[in-house]
Order: sequence, then structure tokens, then C-alpha cells
Amino acid sequence: MTTTTMTMAKALNEGLRRAMEKNKKVLLMGEDIGKLGGVFRITDGLQKDFGEDRVIDAPLGESGIVGTAVGLAIRGYRTVCEIQFDGFVYPAFDQIVSQVAKLHKRSDGAYTMGLVIRLPFQGGIGAIEHHSESPEAYFAQTAGLRVVSCSTPNDAYWMIQQSIEHDDPIIFCEPKSRYWEKGEVNTDTPPRGLFEASVLREGTDVTVIAYGGTVKTCLRAADTAALEGTSIEVIDARSVAPLDFETMKVSVEKTGRLVVVQEAPHSASIGSEIISELTQRCFYSMQAPGIVVGGYHVPYPPTRIEEDYRPTVDRILDGVDRVIGFGK
Amino acid sequence: MNQDDVVQLLSPEGERIANPEFTCLLNGEEIFGLYRDMAIIRRICAESTSLQRQGQLALWAPIRGQEAAQIGAGRALAPNDFSFPSYREHGIAWCRGVPPENMLRLFRAVSNGGWDPNKYHHSVPAIVLGNQVLNAVGYAMGIQRDGAEEAAVAFFGDGASSQGDVLESFVWAASFNAPVVFFCQNNQWGISTPSSVQMKVPLYKRAAGFGFPGIRVDGNDVLAVYEVTKRALENARAGGGPTLIEAFTYRMGAHTTSDDPTRYRVDAEVEIWNHRDPIARIKALLVRAYGVKNAQFEDVNTEADEIAMKLRHDVLAMDRPDPMTMFDHAYAEEHPLIEEGRRELIELGIGGLKK
Repeated sequence: MTTTTMTMAKALNEGLRRAMEKNKKVLLMGEDIGKLGGVFRITDGLQKDFGEDRVIDAPLGESGIVGTAVGLAIRGYRTVCEIQFDGFVYPAFDQIVSQVAKLHKRSDGAYTMGLVIRLPFQGGIGAIEHHSESPEAYFAQTAGLRVVSCSTPNDAYWMIQQSIEHDDPIIFCEPKSRYWEKGEVNTDTPPRGLFEASVLREGTDVTVIAYGGTVKTCLRAADTAALEGTSIEVIDARSVAPLDFETMKVSVEKTGRLVVVQEAPHSASIGSEIISELTQRCFYSMQAPGIVVGGYHVPYPPTRIEEDYRPTVDRILDGVDRVIGFGK
Repeated sequence: MNQDDVVQLLSPEGERIANPEFTCLLNGEEIFGLYRDMAIIRRICAESTSLQRQGQLALWAPIRGQEAAQIGAGRALAPNDFSFPSYREHGIAWCRGVPPENMLRLFRAVSNGGWDPNKYHHSVPAIVLGNQVLNAVGYAMGIQRDGAEEAAVAFFGDGASSQGDVLESFVWAASFNAPVVFFCQNNQWGISTPSSVQMKVPLYKRAAGFGFPGIRVDGNDVLAVYEVTKRALENARAGGGPTLIEAFTYRMGAHTTSDDPTRYRVDAEVEIWNHRDPIARIKALLVRAYGVKNAQFEDVNTEADEIAMKLRHDVLAMDRPDPMTMFDHAYAEEHPLIEEGRRELIELGIGGLKK
């Protein structure tokens, strides 16, 4: 087994490199991804090694990036689009929901929309407006799309490759606050399927489900809770559309309590979907209604106060206390 | 229309016009072929309008007046070029070999597409204005990477020309010198919005600002449209980059069967364009210069009627799809929510049972 320690940014870079080596039809397109290597340096060095025809510095238009990737997909290419920041994906929203999501269906399966849209998402980096958003639910709601998110370098390395190989279009959400955190990457074997959730820490009292950057916060919360005698099971959803309810169900049937942690506001969100579905599947096992610990229903705040908006260890533990104390 | 800035090879009266840059080398038989295509597609359009009025189609988007623009462009395409239509490109679809009944599956509301785009090298209809133009540019970028001598063609209208996607397409095509031809049918009206609201300078002049040639062609002159499109395609295939063609034409009918153009435009304008009819002028040329006899035109009419009758028959035979088909091709790979939906429809006793 070959394991290497690297940051999530480097793991994504290596994953992209390996996908491009394996399949000549894999292209990258995005703003500033060539010489600069992208604003987060995820594509660092790839244009130098694979050339300008495969690592395409795009003009500054998100609809253009995604709309041309659609045409490239029709021609048999697999384009990984980089959207510079979450809040800049909206100009491409039309192409994503009207063409990317629907062309396979509209063509009765003749077209394969094998493309990946990389989206650095969530906050925590002290940025200015439009650089810290969590738009995953918009895409999860749209039939024809799939949405995944990595939380570790190992998952980043494998999930990006699995997404590129997959024949459905995938919105790939990268937790930008975790780009520079290191972890072990096993470059031999993928940990699991792209759409499978993962139980990262076993526990008996409460199931906490998260994805992306909040996963690590939940693990920290579980450490703290353990000191106080509360046993939290932490699940990384990994795929937010579709959701792996089977793995989640086994956990909630065991613990009887559910907290979903996300940065997005909880109204009409991935968290609401998880709770709704697990309530139906595990109703008789549940000791308390599930809750979401997430962002508030406000535009992402100025980042001097973002730590009062994002789920912190304290807010997660408060949520855990609420489901444990329910009815008492 | 100023004669100076529009390519015209045939006057509205059917007389040849010499042009320093474009010469039509088509022989009489080939020109008669273009006439035949136009007559047939006009007949298909008339039959489709009737079918809609009789409640057999949910909607129809007529093309009367635009036959020369579409047949001229459609016949200029090579088999391996790839065309990206909007929803009114029935004449292009005809030229690409799409069976007429397949064109009507969308309008019969039994499909969101209607044909295999890879089989005909003609994409499925794009209804959201301008989306398909970017898709065509992307396809052209793929052609470039394959090193193939092919071109992509994006069809759109004067209305779509205001969409950001069309303008981004111009940027992309210019930046990458993509082998794409932008073919805009300026039919003067975006439902009730006149092209004067869409553009303060003639559309074809926009191309110059993006860094590639733009050309206005008389969209009711099939010979000019054919030659101009052929030239642009050859240029694209040879690595010369994009061209914007503005086919100056007129939507003689309504936007769709749901529209009522008498509310927003005057008869006098329609009458002016009636004198510029694309089929009448090619017919006049064929009679005058090639001695085509009335019987030959009658034969085309008979053939067109037969095609229309077959179309009617095929459309009436199109049943409501099996509800289970809604789950087909929603995803390329297995998806739990699709399985869940299928199960529910079967449990409700709906799936697979009703015709």
C-alpha cells in the first residue's frame, strides 16, 4: 500500500493529473487555471505538463465554461470545469439545469453528459461577499445532476477521479477552508464508491451527519462530547445527491437521535432532506426529532462575524444536547 | 434593406444578381432540388399548423417565410458537420434527414427531443434561448482537438441574439478560433418584440467587435444563403475560425400557434414581405432560366402532399408514452430515486399497463 501525506489541494491536483494521464479525453477548463494554477492552485503545473489544449484557460464567463463543456461532452470529451468560487456559479446555472442536467434525457440517452463542475464552497476563509456560499441544495434539487463533496485529502484524490469517470454530470463541492489541511492519501485503492457515505467515528448516543468542511468540526465536537460522556457517531455523507440513506439508517436505528450539520441555511436544504427521509425510514427507532445545525436564513454575513454563522463545535454540541434532552 | 450590405444573388422577381464575391455554381437540377426542399417544408409546416388547430399537437412553431434561410443553410452543411438548432429549425432538420414525424414528437408532447442527434448530426431542440450556441462552440472546440475537418453550426434568432450565452459564444469562438458558424435568422420579431429593440446596429456588424467576420445575406434568397453558408463552413473547416451570418428574413406567420401577431404588427409590413416570398422567386428563376415546366412543380406538390399525409397519419398514431418512460435516461447510471419512482408508479398500477 502506497500512502503519502498531502494537502487536499495537492490531492485534488494529483487526482486530476492521474485522470488526465488515464484518459486523453479529459480536459480542464476554468478561469486562471493555466499558468496561475487556479486561484487555489488546484491545477498547479497541469497546463505545463498537458498543454493548453487540455488545460484550457477560459475567458471570464461561467456560462461559457459550462456551455462549451456541454458541447465538448457531445463530442466525447470529459471536461472538468473549475468555477472560481461558489458565489460565481450562478451565471452558469441556466446551462447546468437546462442543458447539463437534461440533455441525456432529451436525447433519449444518445448524449452522455460526462462532465464535472468543481465548486470551491463553504466559508471559513475570511473572504469578501460571494466567496463563502453553500449552493449545493440548488443542484441537489435538479434531476439529472449529482452532487458530491470531499472532506479529506484521500477522498479528494479518489472522488475527483471517480467523478470524472462517471457518466452523469457531477457538481463537485470542495471545502475551501480545508484545502491546506494535510492527510494520508492511499494512492492504490479507492476507499469506497463515490455515492457511499462513510462512518468516520462510531458512537451510540447521537448520529451526526455532515459533508465537506463541517465533517472535521463534527469530529472535534465528538471528541469534546466524549470527554463529557456522550458518544457521537459521525457520518460523512460524501454524496449529497443522491444520499446514502442505507448507511445513515443503520446508524440512526442504533442511536435513535440525529443531528445534521451543514453551512447552508437549513430551510429547504440537504439537512431537511436527510431528516425527512430518515424520519420516514427510522420513525420507530427515533427518540427525538432530527435537527439541523446550519447557517441562518440570511445572506452569508460579512466574514468578521462568519464564525457566529457557521456551525462551530459549541453549536454542534448544543444541538446534540437538544436531541438528547428532547422531552425531558 | 440596403442592397450595399446584403448578399443577394436572386432578386424578388427571380432575376440573377451578379455579386463580386459570391457566385452560384449550382446547376438547374440542384436549384430545382432546393425548390423541392422549400416546397416540402412549407407543406409540412402547413400540415403541422392544421394538426395543432385540430388539437393533435400541443404547439407548433411555423417557419413560413424562412424556408430559403433554412434550406439554403441546411443544404450547405456536410454530413459530418454538426448543427445545433433552436425550436424552429424544421427546414434544417429536413436537410439533415430527420423524419418529419420525429420533428413533431416534441410538439405532440410525447418527447422532449424527438430524434437521435448523433445519427443525423443534428442536435435536439434547445428551447431556452441561446443555450445551444455555446454548446455548438464547445463542440467545435472538440473538433479542433480531434484535428478533424468539420464544423459546428449554431442556429438562433434575432431574439436570442440578446442573450448573454450568444455573446459569450462569440467571445469563446473568437478566443479559440473555433470552427463554428453562427447562423442567425433575423425574422424581425421575437414574439412581439421587433428586432429594432434587440439591436441598434445591424446584427452582423457585431462580429467585427468580437474579431471575426460578419455577413448579412438576403434570407429569402436560397442561392445566396447557400453560397454564403458554404463559404463560411469551408473557412471554418480549414481553420479560418468563426463567421456570423445574419440571414435577413421575415416570420410570415405567428411566433407559435399560441401567438396572435395581429396585435402587434401591421398588415402593410407583412404585405411587403409577401412580395419577397422565397419560394416564388426561385420558382420564377426556374421557369425563366431553366425552362422548368408546370408539371414538374405539380409533381413536387403531389410529393409534398403525400409527405404531409404520411406525417398526419404518423402523428395521429403517436400514442401517449408509457408513463414508465419518464424514468428512462434521466440518469446514465443507476440512481436510487429513479428506482424509487419506478417502484411507486408500478405499485400504483400505472407503470407499463396503460397505453
